[in-house]
Amino acid sequence: MSAETTGNASSAYIKHHLTNLTYGQHPDGSWGFAHTTAEAGEMGFWALNVDSLGWSIGLGVVFLLIFRSVAVKATSGVPTGLQNFVEMIVDFIDTTVKEAFHKANPLIAPLGLTIFVWVFLMNAMDLIPVDFIPQAFHLVGIDNMKVVPSTDPNVTMGMSFSIFFLILFYSIKEKGAGGFFNELARNPFEHPVFIPFNLFLEILNLVTKPISLGLRLFGNMYAGEMIFILIALLPAWIQWSLSVPWAIFHILVITLQAFIFMVLTIVYLAMAHESH
Amino acid sequence: MNINATLIGQAISFAIFVWFCMKYVWPPLTAAMEERQQQMSEGLANAEKAQEELDLAMSEVENQLKEAKLQSAALIDKANKRANQIVEDAKGIAIQEGDRLKQSAQADIEQEMNSAKEALRQQVAVLAVAGAEKILSSSVDQNAHSEMLNNLAAQL
Repeated sequence: MSAETTGNASSAYIKHHLTNLTYGQHPDGSWGFAHTTAEAGEMGFWALNVDSLGWSIGLGVVFLLIFRSVAVKATSGVPTGLQNFVEMIVDFIDTTVKEAFHKANPLIAPLGLTIFVWVFLMNAMDLIPVDFIPQAFHLVGIDNMKVVPSTDPNVTMGMSFSIFFLILFYSIKEKGAGGFFNELARNPFEHPVFIPFNLFLEILNLVTKPISLGLRLFGNMYAGEMIFILIALLPAWIQWSLSVPWAIFHILVITLQAFIFMVLTIVYLAMAHESH
Repeated sequence: MNINATLIGQAISFAIFVWFCMKYVWPPLTAAMEERQQQMSEGLANAEKAQEELDLAMSEVENQLKEAKLQSAALIDKANKRANQIVEDAKGIAIQEGDRLKQSAQADIEQEMNSAKEALRQQVAVLAVAGAEKILSSSVDQNAHSEMLNNLAAQL
């Protein structure tokens, strides 16, 4: 086997691991799964990454089932086991929200909790060895399977655009459309001449928020996943020496990214509620 | 890596999850936690109150003890006085009784003495008459001289 074929095999392996299971309409008009990224691209916008969506919804359901089961049985007595753990997370979110968000809004804290736990679970899929689940699906005939939903920009951007929508909604609700426009038009330079310049800056600033929010999570998780894939290219007997330290370090990264996503969401929404 | 409708799917599921969390997960959990917090603060307040009450009761007990001691001391004092009084009274009565007994004994003695004297006088008169009779033999008229002798005896 020449170096070139090894290289091709490696690159094919990497590409394969980075290909979503996309369902959509082929250019020839038939519906079905795409086999390559290029084919998925040809399907245009109206296609679904079934793997990303499936894992993300599955993990969200797991999160809600666990928390709901605790919420149903929650007592004010001495908490035990799972209730203790859940309450610790709830208390942590509650404290974070209270520190950053000073208005009364019953949506913010549950939103923070959902983001933190859900994103954490999606990121945590990164810790499962890269070949386990794809190989299992390969055995039942499904070729492409990306198991970490947060390495799919659709997933992270889907969430960050939802938050962008909330930012716009609460800005207009709290300050009125005129107040919101005023805020955009009169900062940072309060002079009629600067209105177009201010609008340009502030709208750019506004639009950057969801994009940076979504891309930050995606970029971190994608890079982490990529390193796991690269480690998986090494001979099997040596992989542990790199994958174990990276996995341990990654525990920190996935928690931190989930936390950052949540905190920034809270901060953006707090800014939407308060006029400067 | 293509941007496609997954974006919308994710946004919809995100909205549903947040709604579910807001409706069915967050409120019961925070309610339970708040209730526990309430119970804890109530418990602490109760403990504090109980401690205060205990302190109060302790000082009350001390006061009552002090008062009881004072009262008992007063009672003992009174009892001692009363006992002394009784002893004094008894002494007085005893002395009076003794005096009375002594007096009556003296009176008895005097009376006894007088009657003895009387008897002796009688006997002296008889003896004198008998003596005189012996001396004078039967020359003396007993009737004629008895009055004189009785007078003599009365003078004794």
